[in-house]
Amino acid sequence: MYDVVIIGAGVTGSAAARELSRYNLNICVVEKEEDVCCGTSKANSGIVHSGIDCIPGTLMAQMNILGNRLMEPLSKELDFPFKRNGSLILCFSKEDLPRLEELFQRGITSKIPNIRILNKEELHEMEPNISDEAIAAIYAPTGGIVCPFGMNISMAENAAANGVEFKFDTEIKNITKNPNGYTLETDNNSIETRCVVNAAGVHADTFHNMVSQNKIHITARRGEYCLLDKTAGNLVSKTIFQLPGKYGKGILVTPTVHGNTLIGPTANDHENKDSTRTTADGLSHVCEAAKRSIPSIPVRQIITSFSGNRAHEDHHEFIIEELADAPCFIDAAGIESPGLTSAPAIGIRIAEIVCNLLKPAKNPNFDGTRKGILDPKTLSEEEYAALIKDQPAYGNIICRCEMITEGEILDAIHRPLGAKSLDGIKRRTRAGMGRCQAGFCSPKTMEILARELQVSLLDITKNGGNSHMVIGYTKNAEEV
Amino acid sequence: MNSYDIVIIGGGPAGLAAAVSARQNGIDSILILERDSQLGGILNQCIHNGFGLHTFKEELTGPEYAKRFIDQTEELNIEYKLNTMVMDITKDKIITAMNRTDGLFKIEAKAIILAMGCRERSRGALNIPGYRPAGVYSAGTAQRLVNIDGYMPGKEVVILGSGDIGLIMARRMTLEGAKVKVVAELMPYSGGLKRNIVQCLDDFGIPLKLSHTVVNIKGKERLEGITLAQVDSQGKPIPNTEEDYSCDTLLLSCGLIPENELSKGIGVDMEAITNGPLVNESLETSIDGVFACGNVLHVHDLVDFVSKEAAAAGKNAAKYIKNNCSMGEPEPTISILPTDGVRYTVPKMLHIHRMEEKLTVRFRVGAVYKNCYISVYFNSQQILHRKKAIIAPGEMEEIKLKKADLEAFDGLETITIKIEEA
Amino acid sequence: METKNLTCIGCPLGCALTVEIQNKKVLRVTGNTCKRGDIYARKEVTHPTRIVTSTVRVENGDIAMVSVKTASDIPKEKIMDIMKCLENITVHAPVHIGDVIIADAAGTGVDIIATKDVSAAC
Repeated sequence: MYDVVIIGAGVTGSAAARELSRYNLNICVVEKEEDVCCGTSKANSGIVHSGIDCIPGTLMAQMNILGNRLMEPLSKELDFPFKRNGSLILCFSKEDLPRLEELFQRGITSKIPNIRILNKEELHEMEPNISDEAIAAIYAPTGGIVCPFGMNISMAENAAANGVEFKFDTEIKNITKNPNGYTLETDNNSIETRCVVNAAGVHADTFHNMVSQNKIHITARRGEYCLLDKTAGNLVSKTIFQLPGKYGKGILVTPTVHGNTLIGPTANDHENKDSTRTTADGLSHVCEAAKRSIPSIPVRQIITSFSGNRAHEDHHEFIIEELADAPCFIDAAGIESPGLTSAPAIGIRIAEIVCNLLKPAKNPNFDGTRKGILDPKTLSEEEYAALIKDQPAYGNIICRCEMITEGEILDAIHRPLGAKSLDGIKRRTRAGMGRCQAGFCSPKTMEILARELQVSLLDITKNGGNSHMVIGYTKNAEEV
Repeated sequence: MNSYDIVIIGGGPAGLAAAVSARQNGIDSILILERDSQLGGILNQCIHNGFGLHTFKEELTGPEYAKRFIDQTEELNIEYKLNTMVMDITKDKIITAMNRTDGLFKIEAKAIILAMGCRERSRGALNIPGYRPAGVYSAGTAQRLVNIDGYMPGKEVVILGSGDIGLIMARRMTLEGAKVKVVAELMPYSGGLKRNIVQCLDDFGIPLKLSHTVVNIKGKERLEGITLAQVDSQGKPIPNTEEDYSCDTLLLSCGLIPENELSKGIGVDMEAITNGPLVNESLETSIDGVFACGNVLHVHDLVDFVSKEAAAAGKNAAKYIKNNCSMGEPEPTISILPTDGVRYTVPKMLHIHRMEEKLTVRFRVGAVYKNCYISVYFNSQQILHRKKAIIAPGEMEEIKLKKADLEAFDGLETITIKIEEA
Repeated sequence: METKNLTCIGCPLGCALTVEIQNKKVLRVTGNTCKRGDIYARKEVTHPTRIVTSTVRVENGDIAMVSVKTASDIPKEKIMDIMKCLENITVHAPVHIGDVIIADAAGTGVDIIATKDVSAAC
């Protein structure tokens, strides 16, 4: 019997898990995928929004603004990459100036720090590559960028280090109320818990509707992205938005914390919540729309494209509350953009709700700090040399594009909630995330995974399930 | 800090041939830095035959061809380090490299020969829409898994791209028991050798679909199928020509990209068409004493030409060392202009006095030309008009310039190379 | 009379060759642009041959597989027989380039030889 079961090991579930691990609670995170950060949390813009475009006074605005403020200290505590690079919202025509002004006033009402409107000259001085057609912009210096994998993984790792249990490859099939709380039927077994936190992203409505008569509906709003090579990583220093339209924040152009340039996302509603395919139309729209902001964008330097689904609830508002007709069942639903930014604040809010219900004691052993995977490139040459002498694996480059060593891959595999698949390695170390897209390193990474996990190479997957990388041996060999 | 006269970055066919040639031209102090665990580079996984007809007048497999140069490297006692990654090279030719045993170390070089080779264009760079399941491999990665590691990436295969690697892998997968359903090619012609089309596809009844591309990738975990569509003359998919293929493997053989991250780090000028460094007649880049050869300079069709080019680079680097780190006095530059179907030339400029008696200029064309002429002009005067039954983008062409001819031509400023149709 | 269509492999032209055959004798080759096409077609329709290259598993080697080939060309129809006889073959390191892996493979009279050195694992 758990005190709390959290459904979903995405950024929301992991934030909640970490906040709850401050208390003496028996907590389990249940995740249907093989790893943390496998759904919406892995495929988004990686933006820490200033909060300017949220409707003032909404829960979304409140979470966004608080999340933005918490991000920097959290990134230091948990050692994940975050940069407050500032953001710009571009206006392309005189007719749109009133809408820009309206947005600006929204920001003033929400007390977004230090925002100001830039005229064309100031704008182009700040970002020389911006289109000549941009005539004004709102500058929000508190906007930032974050590594979405690093943030999610670090919160989960820290939760695990503080005693939270994680069950992967476990899909919840049904939830029923029982006298002490809830029974969660999974594809493996049944789980009993006093409290449920529903952080299931695009699937949060499914679980909500299992226990509540007040139905909610979440639409998967697909966003397609293209990632550019690091050689095209210095086009802009700030995150460049376009004045938003109906379906979200429009196509953005942003540097990533790792030095690439990211463009996207589209916004297409669809009912297949697991569909993360990209489309020819979507990708070409991304490229065209990005060119509106940055005409010189070198689309030939795209190294990969991907898509993610935003969990859009019909009312476009975060639902973070105990359900009226299902006591001790707490929703974290409709967590679409700015969900990543808001995650630290959402985690705290969920913990408050749970604490009110369960009145737990503090966890005296809670340690809120976590050390990330050592990136030897951050060391001085002397320190680097000493490290290789001590651990020669750090002298062995596996991913030549991102210069990732075997040492970092070993760390990724053997730390708490360690990587089990190629994508797990990639999200933790960036091995395979560079310009050759794992062409050279995947055979080597597969070999290291098989060796360290003591399994056959035939068992190594790209991202769990049936995503095997190889299906057998040559020469029709059954085994070798 | 250790120092060498010549440090060669890469121990594949280009690096080895450059090293051997530099030694044969009198340089003792040579070091090859190789990132893999063996010399020979990509030839080690190219187990098929067809290499070396030009160089050795016999047909060798990739490993056999590599062995000829590895043996020479050993016989000439040329020093090399394996499993060693070069991290950075400065303008002053200080090389930072790393391996498990030496750790992070620096080497000073008087001359550097860049021979890092190339990488394959990835699915991401092709921007093929669809899911991102396991089972989508670049052809070279699959080749490594099959030939070096002994694993089968899948059993029902579609191949996009009919360059030689794609064709060779179609046969290789078939011989190992996989069903290769189709090879699709975006262009209206194959970039591969006719011999490979016949012996890798026709021999096994594998269809080749020209002017086709992959427009969708299906399967969330492991690849389940792909959709092919015919493309128009702009390479755009034509609606209602879609055809579904079930497969668990998609191999991509869609072009090679010279791997010049280190070159860019040094600051050498790059050539936009080849994605390689801009070089002169000595295969010297815009930085004195930094030379380039092989696929890092421009993607070759045959390894024989890589070896020849690399030997020239090695010889020139030796000349540079023996001439007190100089290629000679500054002198006017004559530019070589590729036009009318000629996409690029290597080199793109020359200095007459630094030339050998004969200089090979290599180039590729942008389309298939039949019954045409390769023409060379000195300024506006036609010097060469060579008939060709066919020229195709998949094959490298070359012309030879004679130093005596250039010297004899008064006021030579530009050399133009073009394709003239009959 | 029988006709066979072939693609010439001599050069990128890839001439579409038509070979007229009667009583296993080539009467005429058409469609070729040069002499090479004629020579190729006559050989290809009467006794087509191929070099087969593949790999064999190595035990105790510093790499898992050693590359091999038929020492000379074998009849085209024997390609799959050659592949079949490479199954279940394991050689022990060290292997030297040119070592005979299988003598007289699949009754072709042709040996299969290593095309690479493989050292014993240390």
